[in-house]
Amino acid sequence: MSTLHGHVAAPGEANATRDAEGAGGGEAGTMSSGHVARRGEIDVSHSVILYLEEITVAFDGFKALDALSLSIDDGELRAIIGPNGAGKTTMMDVITGKTRPDKGSAFLGQTMDLTRMSEPQIARAGIGRKFQKPSVFEAASVLENLWLACAGERGWFSSLRQRLAPGQRERIDQAMETVGLAPERERLAGTLSHGQKQWLEIGMLLIQDPKLLLLDEPVAGLSDEETERTAQLLRALAGRHSLVVVEHDMHFVEQLQCKVTVLHQGSVLAEGDLASVQNDARVIEVYLGR
Amino acid sequence: MRAPERVTGNARPAGAGGGVEGAAGGQGAGSARPPWAAPVMARSEWLFALALFALVGVLVPLAHVLLPESVGWRPSTYLVTLTGKILCYATVAVALGLIWGYAGILSLGHGLFFALGGYAFGMYLMRQIGRDGSYAQELPDFMVFLDWKTLPWFWQGSDQWWWAMLMVVFVPGLLALVFGWFAFRSRIKGVYLSIVTQALTYAAMLLFFRNETGFGGNNGFTDFKRIFGVPITAPGTRAALLAASALWLLFAFLICRAIIRSKFGRVLEAIRDAETRTMFLGYDPVPYKLAAWVLSALLCAVAGALYVPQVGIINPSEMSPANSIEIAVWVAVGGRGTLVGPIVGAFLVNLAKSFFTQAFPQLWLFFLGTLFIVVTLALPNGVVGLLRRRKEQAR
Repeated sequence: MSTLHGHVAAPGEANATRDAEGAGGGEAGTMSSGHVARRGEIDVSHSVILYLEEITVAFDGFKALDALSLSIDDGELRAIIGPNGAGKTTMMDVITGKTRPDKGSAFLGQTMDLTRMSEPQIARAGIGRKFQKPSVFEAASVLENLWLACAGERGWFSSLRQRLAPGQRERIDQAMETVGLAPERERLAGTLSHGQKQWLEIGMLLIQDPKLLLLDEPVAGLSDEETERTAQLLRALAGRHSLVVVEHDMHFVEQLQCKVTVLHQGSVLAEGDLASVQNDARVIEVYLGR
Repeated sequence: MRAPERVTGNARPAGAGGGVEGAAGGQGAGSARPPWAAPVMARSEWLFALALFALVGVLVPLAHVLLPESVGWRPSTYLVTLTGKILCYATVAVALGLIWGYAGILSLGHGLFFALGGYAFGMYLMRQIGRDGSYAQELPDFMVFLDWKTLPWFWQGSDQWWWAMLMVVFVPGLLALVFGWFAFRSRIKGVYLSIVTQALTYAAMLLFFRNETGFGGNNGFTDFKRIFGVPITAPGTRAALLAASALWLLFAFLICRAIIRSKFGRVLEAIRDAETRTMFLGYDPVPYKLAAWVLSALLCAVAGALYVPQVGIINPSEMSPANSIEIAVWVAVGGRGTLVGPIVGAFLVNLAKSFFTQAFPQLWLFFLGTLFIVVTLALPNGVVGLLRRRKEQAR
């Protein structure tokens, strides 16, 4: 899905009209503050891309998220840390529509209600998700993986006739360069190394030009060098995209040089730059045990 | 029988290097082929398939009609019927191969769509008997036997061939659409879907066993006399049915090939390998699965309609779960994730079946079981997978 900020896109495509379906359940079109909210576009007029308010999710009485409130600015890079069971993955699930919250609201921009959109609708609206385990199409080549991720019609009928468009070819090449997989374009994704698969998946997300990119432990299992490259890549992407990185690896979080949110028992415990968070007494208690 | 992870190397036929099929050559070094035009078969496989098709679909029926019976090598009625039957089976195997091999949906109830197509056309054949049945009445014999006075409402129109053909497509297609929509929307997959399909075909079999259902109970339909007004056992009719079965198989193969080579096929494989990822890329898997599923059911249904006039009988045992499992065996033996594989498998297993059930009838099921174990353990990609790997290694 190309957006108004189509940076990975070729310039000509930057203003491509969006699939009306992408608007999903959003209330785009009803305007409040004197500017025109266009259907299918993320309204970041208040410079906030994601709002979570008082989100509660309970599984059999256990509250995975407990009145979690969080907001991510447009173009921000944010790291989310927290001990196991703090609710990090559940939060991602709520944002991407996999889990419906029992209470609370989740908005993309000012207008799109994520709790009322399906997973494909949310994906088309501009939220990309990187899973913890690399999740690529192993039986397809690197090129094909990126092609499937390319913006375009998603319907089954039109897919019978779709071909690789010239504009798409450029975007695929660009994404391959960005994640450093250009030499591997014809290789089957199943034969790539673990790190390469992670990057391929990031490339697949980038090619859709998501406004908001969610990354679940993107450096799990990577070497130090690969970790550093990934951190560089994410820092370079911030600004053009908003990124939320869930991570355990403190060394990596340090390399991201960004604002950090600490989750604990389903709600926000502390927020700020890494140094201040690390010196927070409650954070130390949670991490070092009682 | 859960679909095991496919060996990745086999996803692209080994012969792929030979020639680039399709449009727009790749750009830049190392770009051997455009992504959408992955060849489904190597050239040698094409030649083999075409030769086989010409032999089976053209030469055998022609020889059967044209040669006088005194000629020793004239294809016998038995051979013609057997070949026609196996061609129908092979079509079913291709249909299952499409959804199992490429979409990861293992249906163990495909015999149902085959049988429903057969029943829909069988109704027409029953009406074609006219007053030549044992009771010499307009009503089909089994209705007279049950002392029914009029045709049930769902038999109306069945004396028209065009109506029968419409029903052959409509009834199984609608069932597949409704069942598939509920199953895929509820995200039933893997072994659960297989079990549900088994249950579906079993339930249908029990339903059709009842006399009150109105399809001849456990005897089903048989004793056909005519088709389109001509005698059904005449050599010309048999030859034409054989040729039609061959054409339908060819059509099924070509349409599945076109699908697999399109972006649709790529998305199907993507759903098979990483459904969640596909969803987060903005694809809704339900319509993709549903479209492939319904197409697969329709291919089976028409194959069933061609099968019934050739074997001369259709009864509820065609819906038995074991029949549907056997279809999966053909596909597994031939090679999943290929399109020729299911055809090869259907021929191999059914020729073996014909041989065994005549020579050692009591051993057939043991042989089938052994075959399945051997294939699962030794040939995870079936016969075609083995041949392709051999060829790749030889290179």
